Amino acid sequence: MSGKPPVQAGPTVAAVDAITQGLAKYNFFRRVSWGRLAVIAVPMLWLAVFFFVPFLVVFKISLAETAIAIPPYTALLEWVGDMEEAYVTLKLNLGNYLYLLDDVFYLDAYLSSIKIAGISTFCTLLVAFPIAYLMARSNGSTRALLLALVILPFWTSFLLRVYAWMGILKKNGLVNDILMGLGIVDEPLTMLQTDFAVYLGIVYTYLPFMVLPLYSALEKLDMTLLEAAEDLGSRPVTSFFLITLPLSLPGIVAGCLLVFIPAVGEFVIPALLGSPDTLMIGRVLWDEFFLNRDWPMASAVAIMMLIILVLPIMLIRNSQGKEESA
Amino acid sequence: MTSAVTEMQPTTPAQQEIPVWKQEGAEPFLQIQGVTKKFGEFTAVDNVSLDIYKNELFCLLGGSGSGKSTLLRMLAGFENPTSGRILIDGVDMSGVEPWKRPVNMMFQSYALFPHLSVADNVAFGLKREGVARAEIKQRVGEMLEMVQLGHLGRRKPSQLSGGQRQRVALARALVKRPKLLLLDEPLGALDKKLREETQFELMNIQEELGVTFVVVTHDQEEAMTLATRIGVMNHGVIVQTDEPHDVYEYPSSRFVAEFIGSVNLFEGKVIEDKPDSVRIKSKEAGSTLFINHGISCSPDQIVHVAVRPEKIRLSHENPGQSDNCLSGVIEDIAYMGSLSLFRVKLASGKEVRITQPNFDRRIGERFTWDDKVFLHWDEESSVVLTS
Amino acid sequence: MKRRSLFLNSSATLGFIFLYAPIIALIIYSFNASKLVTVWGGWSLKWYVSLFNNDQIIDAALLSVKIAFISATAAVVLGTMAGFALSRLGPFRGKMIFSGWVTAPLVMPEVITGLSLLLLFVAMEGMFGWPSGRGASTIIIAHVTFCMAYVAVIVQARLSSMDESLEEAAMDLGAKPLHLFFLVTLPLISPAIISGWLLAFTLSLDDLVIASFVSGPGNSTLPMVIFSKVRLGVSPEVNALATLMILIVAIGVGLGMWQLRRQEKLLAQPEN
Repeated sequence: MSGKPPVQAGPTVAAVDAITQGLAKYNFFRRVSWGRLAVIAVPMLWLAVFFFVPFLVVFKISLAETAIAIPPYTALLEWVGDMEEAYVTLKLNLGNYLYLLDDVFYLDAYLSSIKIAGISTFCTLLVAFPIAYLMARSNGSTRALLLALVILPFWTSFLLRVYAWMGILKKNGLVNDILMGLGIVDEPLTMLQTDFAVYLGIVYTYLPFMVLPLYSALEKLDMTLLEAAEDLGSRPVTSFFLITLPLSLPGIVAGCLLVFIPAVGEFVIPALLGSPDTLMIGRVLWDEFFLNRDWPMASAVAIMMLIILVLPIMLIRNSQGKEESA
Repeated sequence: MTSAVTEMQPTTPAQQEIPVWKQEGAEPFLQIQGVTKKFGEFTAVDNVSLDIYKNELFCLLGGSGSGKSTLLRMLAGFENPTSGRILIDGVDMSGVEPWKRPVNMMFQSYALFPHLSVADNVAFGLKREGVARAEIKQRVGEMLEMVQLGHLGRRKPSQLSGGQRQRVALARALVKRPKLLLLDEPLGALDKKLREETQFELMNIQEELGVTFVVVTHDQEEAMTLATRIGVMNHGVIVQTDEPHDVYEYPSSRFVAEFIGSVNLFEGKVIEDKPDSVRIKSKEAGSTLFINHGISCSPDQIVHVAVRPEKIRLSHENPGQSDNCLSGVIEDIAYMGSLSLFRVKLASGKEVRITQPNFDRRIGERFTWDDKVFLHWDEESSVVLTS
Repeated sequence: MKRRSLFLNSSATLGFIFLYAPIIALIIYSFNASKLVTVWGGWSLKWYVSLFNNDQIIDAALLSVKIAFISATAAVVLGTMAGFALSRLGPFRGKMIFSGWVTAPLVMPEVITGLSLLLLFVAMEGMFGWPSGRGASTIIIAHVTFCMAYVAVIVQARLSSMDESLEEAAMDLGAKPLHLFFLVTLPLISPAIISGWLLAFTLSLDDLVIASFVSGPGNSTLPMVIFSKVRLGVSPEVNALATLMILIVAIGVGLGMWQLRRQEKLLAQPEN
């Protein structure tokens, strides 16, 4: 605007526009201000440094070689090294990934993690749906009570809730005591350190993550829709499959993702409830890191896990975005 | 408050004779100059220019999406015009932050702070101004008394009724003695009975304090009762600005005629164009229509004649006038209590709506279904619309 | 209709039994006099006594509470800023990425978060000499990072359900942005902030995996001590500890929820 001649009396419409535009921008900038910038920048910077950059570091180290040193891996790039050398190191260390793909052990671990997470997610859905449905259909105070009952375990220690099952599932634990006392079984059943115990543990600890999104989807469901369906001659079971289920689908998807994603990488549950043969990738990573001290390999395992989970994580972002715009 | 009242004294008599907006050279208090607001591709307000004078109670009337709320929000400073400017009391508001404008707003949702008591809500603006504590207390007390809530100062908004919350919102907006008070659908959330009472209360308060009000509403009745002038908005444009009476009696376009009240429109061609009268031939009406005001139009132009349902008289006998006299058959009668609404079908197939005061239990002509009737009206009762 | 309700009620009841039975069993066994945990040997408080004499557990508990307190407080500050930025500051460059960073920690498997943060700390130490070694401070940084995501999501949800005209009203009445935030926005989102803090506190107190990665020698948090004990089998002392923790949490959360409900009622935007 400085290039323009000063506006004399009776400015043209265009000049008035230009001035007000300029003022509007000035105004906007002031409203932007340092405060606004800080509110955005501080948490963003924090997340960039402590959430995003770590993944780059993991990726970098997954390309390094393990070494007996502190830290126990080779440098990927010497800071002053020439390009050629860097190129050589880089090529060598794709080996971690090749090994990952080569050794059936890792592949099995990934597949078994996905299988265990998938089955337990489905079981969680089956257990959670009636609870969420009941919550959505009950009135005021009952609803609040049920909601509190669902949320309360979520507040208590995850570790201790997993631990609680150890005492129940043990050979001489509560379940076996009861079953034997009732004479249903003669021999104590082996339940602890089985895949079954892992399923149970996941269903148990992740139940609130499934119930809450389901509940919020079902709560929005207009109950007159079901009445309308029944009025139009649909039986309750039919209207459940034709109305309730499709309309609560967003909640089902969100809940399943919220259970599935962390379950794939679960460590505590297989470590405490599973057998030594229960292969889960979180445990593999843990062992690579803490027992084998092979940091590059652990990093490669983590990167592979991320690649597997990227799709579901994107999905959950999308479903959340949709809910916000709705 | 007292100063505002004394300031008002000299203007009141003048106002009764010639309204300030018709006085030559009167200084407008609020000037909206070529204001446009675009949201991306969408133009919410399109080059609106408007002058509003001191002590006016100006209503912006329009349907949803007409741009009336956006215009109001620009006055408050929540939105910046894409182009054009707004002057309040001669001061350009461009770039002036909402918290620095001599303007207060009463929100449609009332926007009472739920965590503050009624008195603290009202005191909020004064505290931001740094008014002394004793004065705040006094002014808040006065204001609450004025809206008849003096005894409820310690309540929380959630403990009030809808009407009480509305009055708190009004008190909170007025206590800062703004030069301009913006009201967004002020009566929208109240039920019908309360709304009528509050309308008059609002007018009394406005008169007493001498604050200029700009009211946004979609309710034509509300606008009619409240306003000194009405600006009718459609698609971001002010299509007509006039006193309520004129907006109703002399709508400037078909949109305004149909938006405010109900109207019968007859399409026709000008056959006689004199400076102070026009005669129109309308096939639809099946009669020539004579209007005793001149219009500017080209010969043979297609125009519309608008007649309000209550201006039309109904009779069994031919009144014998050659203009403005149609005939048809009563199709439908709706009994509406104080009024009866008739739908009469003309020979052309056109349906005409007529309202008549309720004649039941009184002596007079009675009409029933399938009666053949004549419709007629006075030459000053209709308006010619060229757009 | 009746039969369906019966089915619904009984399956939901079973669900709730499933949720609570293990916890109740745990509590009962914590009063078991027998060392064999699951063999009932009469009521006793002896495991509580031995718990309080276990310095390792007491130290770890104190450390965990300290870490949780600091982490929760910092996470509330950062998370509130993030939630506010996402819902109130309009569009800005990188908003999509930012909101991705905010929500991703919620579902990220802990082993990945833990490993990646550890590697970051090691790399940073190599490059800048900070943080020198690992301990409470690195655990706090890690906890702040994943807890702030929870706070941000809660605050964002609260803000987006809040009538924006309240903030406009404050502006209209002369409140500058900073006043506006502290006088109107903050009081109105305080329930979200309180529950965010409580959640962050318990999440931090409970975290085993991430802390195991980023803690240094001699800095064992309570979950780490519990895990190492429990890995070897059921321990009566841990039962006692669990009971205490569950009790504290139940009381704390119960009180918190009661208080929040009262506040909610007060802050409720009345329906017209």
